[in-house]
Amino acid sequence: NSGVMSLLRPLLLDVIPTIQQTAALALGRLANYNGDLAEAVVKGDILPQLVCSLSEQNRFYKKAAAFVLRAVGKHSPQLAQAIVQCGALEMLVICLEDFDPGVKEAASWALGYIARHNSELSQAVVDAGAVPLLVLCIQEPEIALKRIAASTLSDISKHSPELAQTVVDAGAIAHLAQMILNPDAKLKRQVLSALSQIAKHSVDLAELVVEAEIFPVVLTCLKDSDEYVKKNGATLIREIAKHTPELSQFIVNAGGVAAVIDCIGSCRGTVRLPGIMMLGYVAAHSENLSMAVIVSKGIPPLCACLIEEHEDHIKAAAAWALGQVGRHTPAHARAVAVANVLPTLLAIYMDTRSSEDLQMKATLKNILQKCTYLPALEPLLHDAPPNIMKHIVGQFSKMLPHDSKARRLFVTTGGLKKVQEIKAEPGSLLQEYINTINNCYPEEVVR
Amino acid sequence: GLREEYFRRNRAVDEDRKIEYKAAVKIQSWFRGCRVRAYLRYLNKMVIFIQKWWRGYRSRRYFSKLVETAYFIMKMNFYNEMAVRIQKRWRGYYVRKYIHNYYALKKYLEAISVNNEIVRSELQDYKEMKENEEKRKYLEKKEKEEKYQARKMHYLLSTEQIAGIYNSPFRKSPDPMELLLRKSKPLSHRQQQTKSPFDYELYDWPTCKRPPTFSTAQPLPPTGRQKPQGPFRDTTEVLRQRYKPLEPTLRVAASINSPPEKAREEMKREEWRNHIHDNEFLPFSSYHKNQKYDPSIHRSGKYGQETYGIKHFREVQPKKWVADK
Repeated sequence: NSGVMSLLRPLLLDVIPTIQQTAALALGRLANYNGDLAEAVVKGDILPQLVCSLSEQNRFYKKAAAFVLRAVGKHSPQLAQAIVQCGALEMLVICLEDFDPGVKEAASWALGYIARHNSELSQAVVDAGAVPLLVLCIQEPEIALKRIAASTLSDISKHSPELAQTVVDAGAIAHLAQMILNPDAKLKRQVLSALSQIAKHSVDLAELVVEAEIFPVVLTCLKDSDEYVKKNGATLIREIAKHTPELSQFIVNAGGVAAVIDCIGSCRGTVRLPGIMMLGYVAAHSENLSMAVIVSKGIPPLCACLIEEHEDHIKAAAAWALGQVGRHTPAHARAVAVANVLPTLLAIYMDTRSSEDLQMKATLKNILQKCTYLPALEPLLHDAPPNIMKHIVGQFSKMLPHDSKARRLFVTTGGLKKVQEIKAEPGSLLQEYINTINNCYPEEVVR
Repeated sequence: GLREEYFRRNRAVDEDRKIEYKAAVKIQSWFRGCRVRAYLRYLNKMVIFIQKWWRGYRSRRYFSKLVETAYFIMKMNFYNEMAVRIQKRWRGYYVRKYIHNYYALKKYLEAISVNNEIVRSELQDYKEMKENEEKRKYLEKKEKEEKYQARKMHYLLSTEQIAGIYNSPFRKSPDPMELLLRKSKPLSHRQQQTKSPFDYELYDWPTCKRPPTFSTAQPLPPTGRQKPQGPFRDTTEVLRQRYKPLEPTLRVAASINSPPEKAREEMKREEWRNHIHDNEFLPFSSYHKNQKYDPSIHRSGKYGQETYGIKHFREVQPKKWVADK
């Protein structure tokens, strides 16, 4: 703040290269610390000077300059835009062609931070011709360079399908798929995140990713000791599974559901979220797939998530996934009801502290409309609010006329008494259901 | 005398003549009336007879048509019933075999469970292998550190005269560190090779070289809908034909209540009003050629239609003809 920019600026043009490098490093560290300082760097017109003489300098200067650009570009889109406008992207791309891996790493890191903000900046990075060079960087032996290049590709392809298509056209998928087996945990994180950003946009991209034969090798990532590798692996599988039933079918056939279920069971916290959503997507596509989820013992971990987690969005995801599993046929609803999860869902629904989103997702309507397992419906009779009571009583009125044992059980467990206590407007659907139930029993019992 | 008697009798006759004349007229008129009435009665009876015969004929024709349609409807109902039975069986079979094959689904789910077990066990093995590797890596690292330390502190080795730290005379056998010191070479500081970043040890570990292959026992049964055997038309074609959207002509597309329609209706009604009867006059005899004769039930013979009276009217005995002989 104390005029340090104007002091450092002329040092950049000094004769001695070491001074230039150290000045650049100092600028980079200043900009890294705070967004305002980065703005001051931009306003002080330092960037064009940095950029203009970059191609003739030695590698230390290039590294330091790339560090400055990265530090400025990471704070906000406007600063990144300023960097793009002063023509820094061409210089960074020239750095990417350098021999020294450190320079390449710094340059691709800077490009990654610039491309992260929005799709126009990513498009600018792609237009500068960075993508083929990044794909070459991925094939280099240095682990750190691979990491950074993978994260840059992931940042580029996350904004729009066209950008992802550009990355795919440069042949990135094959190399990324080979690197899934690499033992380095951070590299795996970035690779999995890059693949999931590519696959999330459209069916064709997801199919391309699948054709690179990542299954079943990706399932080993779900057993990794690093939490974020597991999370990104589950994210990748989720992005692939959500597009079409055929892709979900493929994942189920490869045993992906079992791996994801084990993964959910072993993690805690937000790491579980993509796995839960993946199960929800798979179950939502068709009833065969949701039966496959049930058969692979998917419901107990989902119930455990619902009970144990404290975060609202994870609970909402678990409730939604359970709803998707249970809504297809009575057999599915029975499987969900047997796991004794309906009272929990009801409690969440009625809890005033849970957010709106959670309450919406926890509506039992879908499951209740197909549920024929009466012992699980009974405890719900006692606490349900009117709009859910309607469905529960409706189910009873459909089941009781046909099943004599269930009728006896209904009376003995006090359900009939509870039904009498419900006050409903005459002519409403609820009243009709109550009448149907009352008609099943002789008069004395009803009174 | 005679003249007065003649005159008196003529006058008496003349006085009664009018009365007798009127009486005669009355009688004659009554009789003519009776005759005419009788004739009219006779005519009436004849007309009733003709009308009765004609009406019976028309209604017999009508009734035979009625019977024919009723019979046809009965047959069609029967055919529909039978068709429903066939379709019921076919649809049940088709749905159970091709659309919702319960047993194939069950087999598929069992195969999925088996597959899941295999995947889970392989993943478990992989995890254990990885943990072992981690442990081994850790142990190796520790060992390497210890060896390095021993090389650095080589001078702590015990000599013949003086026992070193690790070789206390009160111990039964020397300390393991002592043994290590004996084995290790002294460290020379000159060549300190920096660990090159290229040889990352873990590339040699088995998890990299042999990733788990998840070889499933047998491939899962096909889950796509099998096509039924037989010359069935492609479903998309059938559906396209069935649900082809209507392409109405301009006239049909105009609403019923539009003015040209109303004018057309008006014209039609007026023309219908002006007709005496509804049978359209067909100009050429060729229009009537297709009308089949509806035989009355009386005329249908026991073994089919009686041809005499319809096809031929007089007996023909070709054997008696002379002309050919």
